[in-house]
Amino acid sequence: MSEYVSNSRLERVLKAGHLGVTSECGPPRGSDAEEVKKKGLLIKDYVDAVNVTDNQTAMTRMSSLAACIHLKLLGIEPVLQMVTRDRNRVALQSDILGAASFDIPNMLCLSGDHQSFGDCAQGQNVHDLDSMQLVQTVRHMRDEGKFLGGDDIKRPPKIFVGAAANPFADPFEIRIPRLAKKIVCGAEFIQTQCIYNLDKFKEWMRRAVDRGLTEKTFIMAGMTPMKSVGMAKYMKNKVPGMDVPEEIINRLAGVEKKKQAQEGIDICVEHIQELSEIKGVAGFHIMAIEWEEKVPEIVERSGLFPRPEV
Amino acid sequence: MRLKIPTNFRIIRLPCTGKIDIIHILRAFEKGADGLYVVGCMEGDCHFNEGNFRARKRVEQAARVLDLIGVGGERVKMYNLSSGEGPLFAQYSIEMVNKIKELGPSPIRLARQRMSKKADAA
Amino acid sequence: MIIAEKKPIEEIIQEVKDFDRILILGCNECVTVCEAGGKKEVEVLASVLRMYFMAQGQEKTIGERTLERQCDHEYLEEIRNIIDDYDAVVSLACGVGVQFAAEKYLTMPLLPGVNTVCLGANEDRGLWTERCQACGTCVLARTGGICPVSRCAKRVLNGPCGGSTNGKCEISKDTDCAWQLIIDRLKALDKMDDYEKVAPVKDWSTDRAGGPRTVTREDVKI
Ligand code: SF4
Ligand code: SF4
Repeated sequence: MSEYVSNSRLERVLKAGHLGVTSECGPPRGSDAEEVKKKGLLIKDYVDAVNVTDNQTAMTRMSSLAACIHLKLLGIEPVLQMVTRDRNRVALQSDILGAASFDIPNMLCLSGDHQSFGDCAQGQNVHDLDSMQLVQTVRHMRDEGKFLGGDDIKRPPKIFVGAAANPFADPFEIRIPRLAKKIVCGAEFIQTQCIYNLDKFKEWMRRAVDRGLTEKTFIMAGMTPMKSVGMAKYMKNKVPGMDVPEEIINRLAGVEKKKQAQEGIDICVEHIQELSEIKGVAGFHIMAIEWEEKVPEIVERSGLFPRPEV
Repeated sequence: MRLKIPTNFRIIRLPCTGKIDIIHILRAFEKGADGLYVVGCMEGDCHFNEGNFRARKRVEQAARVLDLIGVGGERVKMYNLSSGEGPLFAQYSIEMVNKIKELGPSPIRLARQRMSKKADAA
Repeated sequence: MIIAEKKPIEEIIQEVKDFDRILILGCNECVTVCEAGGKKEVEVLASVLRMYFMAQGQEKTIGERTLERQCDHEYLEEIRNIIDDYDAVVSLACGVGVQFAAEKYLTMPLLPGVNTVCLGANEDRGLWTERCQACGTCVLARTGGICPVSRCAKRVLNGPCGGSTNGKCEISKDTDCAWQLIIDRLKALDKMDDYEKVAPVKDWSTDRAGGPRTVTREDVKI
């Protein structure tokens, strides 16, 4: 993993052996780009790149690509999230080229939440490709310089390609094989689901290291600070595939309500510090949902600031 | 023991209430019946295990349909009895007959009467 | 088989209310087995319609007939001599039967009496569940005999997605995750190594994407 495949700062940071830092911002439910820009500027200097979600939870929002362009024009490096739910292979390839035309250098390939969760529950879904096939598609376009249909691409996209992983997902016996499969498809970085159960995550990481997977991809641990004990309980009970240990809930419940948010940030910082020492962890993906203003504090206190020059 | 039971209904005997189908119930109403009730064995005592449960479901189905088309779902009912309960049988028949009297004639019977009058007049 | 479900009576009443002579046409195949459009359902619907219109003071002729199949010329021919006695036909066959009848009797209004739901199996008494979406290029050999096209809410060919929880799909606690089933079956077959083979981008041109599909067999043609 020496030569660069893109102009991605994230790629350079990871390949230089630094812990990478990404965060996330969701486009607005309207056409005013100021919101996205504001969120972006808030965290600009504290992260290497910012993921822009693609109609997350199937709620219709401003397009991920458009929001990425807004960030890019401000000098903030985006990670274009793309789900396979809403677009077929024509539209996906076309959006990849559109992103490349603005030199958006990173992409995260996902299948997307089912549309029944969102505001268009009666809509069709597409799923022409699945997330692994989307990874293959971008790699094919970049590395072979060809469309899926076989024709040459003029100025192929230079994009650093990622995928998501959930270290706690069911069925448990395929957690590692599934990661391996994504890597075989060409995922160069992985951003994980939010981690609260450190022991289980470390075990997953150990197996990934044992299988040599961390030699082939950069695994960024997903972190989401808890705002309150209510949020922790909600995450534990309502969000599929989320593992929130009782001790986290107890710790938040143990402080008065006013101080729970701060406690949540403290836990997040402690977790980052602890996981920084773990073999195979290549960085952190800090998803402070509608709480972007806390990202600088988390990054700083975790010892990840300033971001390295690369 | 002689029991007084109403005379204005007809008993149709079945080997088991499980034999009843919704169409049998509907046909009775189509032919002009004002009400219909099904008497099955006690729940749990069916010879064929589920016959009377099936019957209950079908009676419920028929009631729903009859409601929907304006005939009235209250005109059908399912009762459960054991074989030794003659007096209870009599009581249920009286109950049902009174109920139907209260509801009056079925709209289907009335419609049939009107139609045959029209046919006679023609 | 093809799984269908009865349309609500109210909807059928709305569709037929302006016709005086209505034929209820059942089918002896799939819709009989899934209790949506066989002889029994024809009888019930006919009786219900007769009573409804009678109660409204309307005299209508409601005929009943159930054919061996409605997706075959020879059986549909059986009603040629009676079809002119009616103003409309409510077909309780699947969408295929309704259309085939409509094609045959060009001037006769044909109304569907069922909603055609899926290709499925009779999983339990009163429970029919989807098993196939006729994608035209069957992948079951690679997925432990469980279909990811019809049984995964996202048609994921390299699954599961991140939403699989305790064996259930993210869309509902009552829906099995197809990929959990696939993995269980691969384990039972001792073929977990197959799991890591990446399913290539699928050719969906044999699915509905390619337009109406046909099968032509020269060897069967006369
Ligand atoms: S893979 Fe296609 S043909 Fe095979 S069962 Fe699934 S939908 Fe049907
Ligand atoms: S949870 Fe399972 S069945 Fe549901 S969409 Fe995901 S992979 Fe498919």
